Amino acid sequence: MSEFNIDTVENAGATPDTDLPWAELGLKQDEYARILEILGRRPTAAELAMYSVMWSEHCSYKSSKVHLRQFGEKVTEEMKKDLMVGIGENAGVTDLGDGWAVTFKIESHNHPSFVEPYQGAATGIGGIVRDIISMGARPVAVMDPLRFGDIDHPDTQRVLPGVVAGIGGYGNSLGLPNVGGEVVFDSVYQQNPLVNALAVGVLKHEDLRLANASGVGNKVVLFGARTGGDGIGGASVLASESFDDAKPSKRPAVQVGDPFAEKVLIECCLELFHHNLVEGIQDLGAAGISCATSELASNGDGGMHVELTNVLLRDPSLTPGEILMSESQERMMAVVTPDNAAAFETVLSKWGVEFSWLGEVTDTGRLIIDWDGETIVDVDPRTVAHDGPVYERPYHRPAWQDQLQSAAFRTSAAAKHLPATAEELGQAVVELMSSPNMADKSWVTDQFDRFVGGNTALSQPDDAGVIRVDDTTGLGVGLATDCNDRYAYLDPYRGAQLALAEAYRNVATAGAVPLAVSDCLNFGSPEDPEIMWQFAEAVRGLSDACMQLGIPVTGGNVSLYNQTAGRAIHPTPVVGVLGKFDDVSRRTPSGFQRWADGQAIYLLGTTADELDGSEFARLRGHLGGQPPAVDLEAEKTLGDILINASRDGMIDAAHDLSEGGLAAALAEMSLRFGVGSRTSLHELCERDGVDPFTALFSESQARVLVALPRSEELRFTDMTTARGFPALRLGVVDAESGGIEVTGAFADGSFGISLDELKAAWSAVLPSRFGAVEG
Amino acid sequence: MPTILVEVMPKPEILDPQGKAIANALPHRGFTGFSGVRQGKRFELSVEGEVTEELLESARAAAAEMLSNPVIEDVVSVTVAEDQ
Repeated sequence: MSEFNIDTVENAGATPDTDLPWAELGLKQDEYARILEILGRRPTAAELAMYSVMWSEHCSYKSSKVHLRQFGEKVTEEMKKDLMVGIGENAGVTDLGDGWAVTFKIESHNHPSFVEPYQGAATGIGGIVRDIISMGARPVAVMDPLRFGDIDHPDTQRVLPGVVAGIGGYGNSLGLPNVGGEVVFDSVYQQNPLVNALAVGVLKHEDLRLANASGVGNKVVLFGARTGGDGIGGASVLASESFDDAKPSKRPAVQVGDPFAEKVLIECCLELFHHNLVEGIQDLGAAGISCATSELASNGDGGMHVELTNVLLRDPSLTPGEILMSESQERMMAVVTPDNAAAFETVLSKWGVEFSWLGEVTDTGRLIIDWDGETIVDVDPRTVAHDGPVYERPYHRPAWQDQLQSAAFRTSAAAKHLPATAEELGQAVVELMSSPNMADKSWVTDQFDRFVGGNTALSQPDDAGVIRVDDTTGLGVGLATDCNDRYAYLDPYRGAQLALAEAYRNVATAGAVPLAVSDCLNFGSPEDPEIMWQFAEAVRGLSDACMQLGIPVTGGNVSLYNQTAGRAIHPTPVVGVLGKFDDVSRRTPSGFQRWADGQAIYLLGTTADELDGSEFARLRGHLGGQPPAVDLEAEKTLGDILINASRDGMIDAAHDLSEGGLAAALAEMSLRFGVGSRTSLHELCERDGVDPFTALFSESQARVLVALPRSEELRFTDMTTARGFPALRLGVVDAESGGIEVTGAFADGSFGISLDELKAAWSAVLPSRFGAVEG
Repeated sequence: MPTILVEVMPKPEILDPQGKAIANALPHRGFTGFSGVRQGKRFELSVEGEVTEELLESARAAAAEMLSNPVIEDVVSVTVAEDQ
């Protein structure tokens, strides 16, 4: 049947001197030497394909592993209390109570989205959703933290619309609400956009599934879409190794997704779980069948015997190595007992999902793959999946770091002529809110379906996305992702902690109890010791902070080599935090309500002179100095206050202070529902010893604005006083004025910003660059 | 009025979800005997007056750069159809 010669194990033993394209497949000389040593002979073409793709940075975490261990080590018993599945499986699982559990994970799809924005972003959603399914869960929501180059750069014009359309096209078709994320513009992401995707799913405890192949004699099945030549561009060198020059040598490096096939796959898998028809399951993502067979086998009874010609192909010209590496989308692999095989087939036929039985689980400790009866792979699956190379990459603090950190905003040329009068400060607030990073992002998020499914309780632009899990009790989850890459660039250790602190604060601001963390660590090349230092520092910072906040990292992803022409992105450790609501109807929205006229506005937390790395500094083209101080104990106390206030119904709006400080928070709370406010900075400036400019634009952490009815003021301030947390009454919600009025120690009285004008400036930024939304 | 026809197909090795869906639907409606379907697209570029070689060249460039996505699609043909 084959049009090409097959490099069998027998052949490999007989022809030890055949040159193999290991270097072209990305293996280093010492890595290839190790494969020779493991096998005691040269690898076959198929084995080489498997090792090369599984030992890649993306699959093996070979540069990051030694640092990532800290996420597993810096964990207390208390942190493990609700953890049902930790790092290492497809996604972590956390107990929600009432027999419910939740699983979530964030991943990157940066490079594919740069090459082909629509399909890259779409398949990013598809991949992370399959991770969630393979835990036995029903996916219920997605989120997308996105980073692009300068808003006016032509590459951003090319990449952003495609990425946004791809996320919408795939996620909306799946019927999954997209409940948040981020959109950041910075020239460091030019030619290197970051497209991260988070998915969350819910399951009953008994539906939990793991990726292992146990039970000798159980059958291995591949189901879903057929296998084509997708995403194996790099592996095309193997085509020449198949000794057939006539076959197509060019394979596409991109994958095309089919959300409708994925939707059917979700429902099909959930029915299989419901009837308890699979013993182990794994989705096929990066490294395709290579990854699924070697991971399932090494996590189970240690052996598997597979006939590769049984794989259903979309393209019959694929070589065995290409089949093993293909990243065709919408595929799953499962382990099924012989007794359940007929019932399994019935469910798949019902959903019209194609499947093929590939082989069975063995206890030989070997992964054997045959091609038409001849053995082409005979390896210990652990050596492929788990015992890949581990690098202790050298790292050191960059020589320029000290200089960067000493270049504070206050002493820079950018800080000459800071706004001081009321008029100047008012203008600065409008300028800030109409800058690309602070501007209205609804051009992006309106292309995503936020409410499909009817369980979305909060969504962008609120602080967290909130999804109801159980509609009888209101049990639900809140989710936020955050990262300020400018802080991380100034100090990666603190920057990673600040990302966690902000995501934690956002979740608590909405009223959820933070439970778990998933991270997507986007960095430049690990071969650069300075980048490696950024990575090491970020992981150390994040793991220390998780321990202090008492919430574990349950999974995530590392994306390295994010650099173009020798220029790396800022270190970008995106952190997602998941929290729990006993009842999502208690959630706190982020905007002033129209019916809340006259409610008191309180600022929780204190303000210091912290403008380095701030959005205001960005407006003035400055990046240097020290990021804001981290105070995780304060974040915890603040979180407790907000969660209690939400539970007891004390507050009607809350919004955290982050990028853009108090000025942005006041503006955003008013812009949400078009309801203004009157506030005074007098007491704040006096208490914290700062000037009005600093009060408005400093980005000090652990601060939140809340609005509450006057009848709750006493109860609320009693609570903050009892916890020793600073709370200051700034002013009132003013539903009639249609503006934001701020008084302070300005020479010229107060400033007022018309909400209509602010909204016009704030909401025009993205449409003016990207035009009408293309449907 | 002459028309320049541009035909674009998904690259053969790339998944074509639309074609696949049609292929699955055909037998349900009783159309049997087809082993596969791939769906592409046809553009009709209307021209006032004569189709010059220059204009045709411009259509080829548009086909390659704008009417198709070179990462996942091929331009199969750029031809001139005379008045019907």
